[in-house]
Amino acid sequence: MKDQNLYERYHRQVILPEFGEEGQQKLLEARILVIGAGGLGCPALQYLVAAGVGTIGIVDDDVVALNNLHRQVLYSVNDIGLSKAKRAAHILQQLNPEIKIISYNQRLVTQNALTLIDDFDIIIDGTDNFSTRYMINDACVLLNKPLVYGAISQFEGQVSVFNPKPLKGGNEAVNYRDLFPDPPREGEVLNCAEAGVLGVLPGIIGTMMANETIKLITGIGEPLTGQLFTYNALNNQVYTLHLSARKETRSLIPKSKKEFLQIDYEWLCASPVQQAEIDSDIFNGMVAKGNIDVIDVRELHEMPAVNEFNHIRIPLAQLADNAALIKSDTVIAFCQSGKRSLQAANILSGIFGDRKKIYSLRGGIVEWKKLKQTV
Amino acid sequence: MSVKIILFGRLADIAGDSVSVDNVADTDSLVDSLNKRYPQLATTKYVIAVDKQVVTKNTVLNKKSMVALLPPFSGG
Repeated sequence: MKDQNLYERYHRQVILPEFGEEGQQKLLEARILVIGAGGLGCPALQYLVAAGVGTIGIVDDDVVALNNLHRQVLYSVNDIGLSKAKRAAHILQQLNPEIKIISYNQRLVTQNALTLIDDFDIIIDGTDNFSTRYMINDACVLLNKPLVYGAISQFEGQVSVFNPKPLKGGNEAVNYRDLFPDPPREGEVLNCAEAGVLGVLPGIIGTMMANETIKLITGIGEPLTGQLFTYNALNNQVYTLHLSARKETRSLIPKSKKEFLQIDYEWLCASPVQQAEIDSDIFNGMVAKGNIDVIDVRELHEMPAVNEFNHIRIPLAQLADNAALIKSDTVIAFCQSGKRSLQAANILSGIFGDRKKIYSLRGGIVEWKKLKQTV
Repeated sequence: MSVKIILFGRLADIAGDSVSVDNVADTDSLVDSLNKRYPQLATTKYVIAVDKQVVTKNTVLNKKSMVALLPPFSGG
């Protein structure tokens, strides 16, 4: 680091005895891939770029939306509709022109995952869905890449470091499947769009992910390897639990690149049976005709309230026990976004078989209300 | 014997962020007891930790055991 400009840029961390010029040099030589430039990706990227990580890849196929801005603090209103990967790369390059930033405006899928991940030293998972998270985990195990994991829901966050190198004390590397072996099916958990998230929460968790990454690169401190850190933003409660490698996990992870390519991760996390989905127009037609049972499978406290058409409320978890309440031969389930209602349709199909016609409202009540306003 | 359980995420919405369960000797009977009291838990995915260690097999509990139930999060 002979360049005076670089010396000055990183001066405040280089003077840390544990960090030093050696730590800075390690950062400059590191190649980090951030998957997802959203709530977690934005703060993680900002600190890694500022700290001087030499090469940073950003993968995201999404575009900036107005409802992203309360937590995805890299972007502004002028970025709405533009590629997150490209905008993030452009904005971050201005923060630090000395490093290399590569944007991948594409969705991470099995076909490109191994090539992309193999080209970097450490992978950061800031994605927003289980299918991509399991795919990243399996790819990182297969390629032996350290994975910095973070995830959020409402007011709580989780952080961990999987597959670290080198391992201390002869412990076996732990990965996400040692914690949760199989992906949840649709409806077993809420996603951000359904559950909501406090804007500052991904800021905290994403910043912690950057910190774990910097510790991994420079070798200082104790990264969260083999541990799951959880944080609650409402009461500041922190709970860290210890994970161990499990024999059964090995059988769940593809053994080869060929095997990896054959896994349909979207399907792993989706409903077992595809049920008939109907759009708002068909839904309105069926409601007008009558002789149907419409079921709101959301939790009782969930908004918006629905008073435009007759329906009964049975939260998804109680649906199987209360199926006797459903009298009509035609049933339409709806929820917030159309995901849980699809699972509801599966549950009802399991109970009623061919005796009833069962549908799910695509896009959920949110989409339905939106379309109603525009008519 | 009463065991204290702390719950995270959506599980806390269902049962509260902390509950006590009486007369349970191990994690299997604890889960049975919770499912009876909170049927929604039976269809919700979570991992069980006893004394901050994730357990995957039935585990004996004592009155000092600290049990935690954590759901997976997907948000980013």
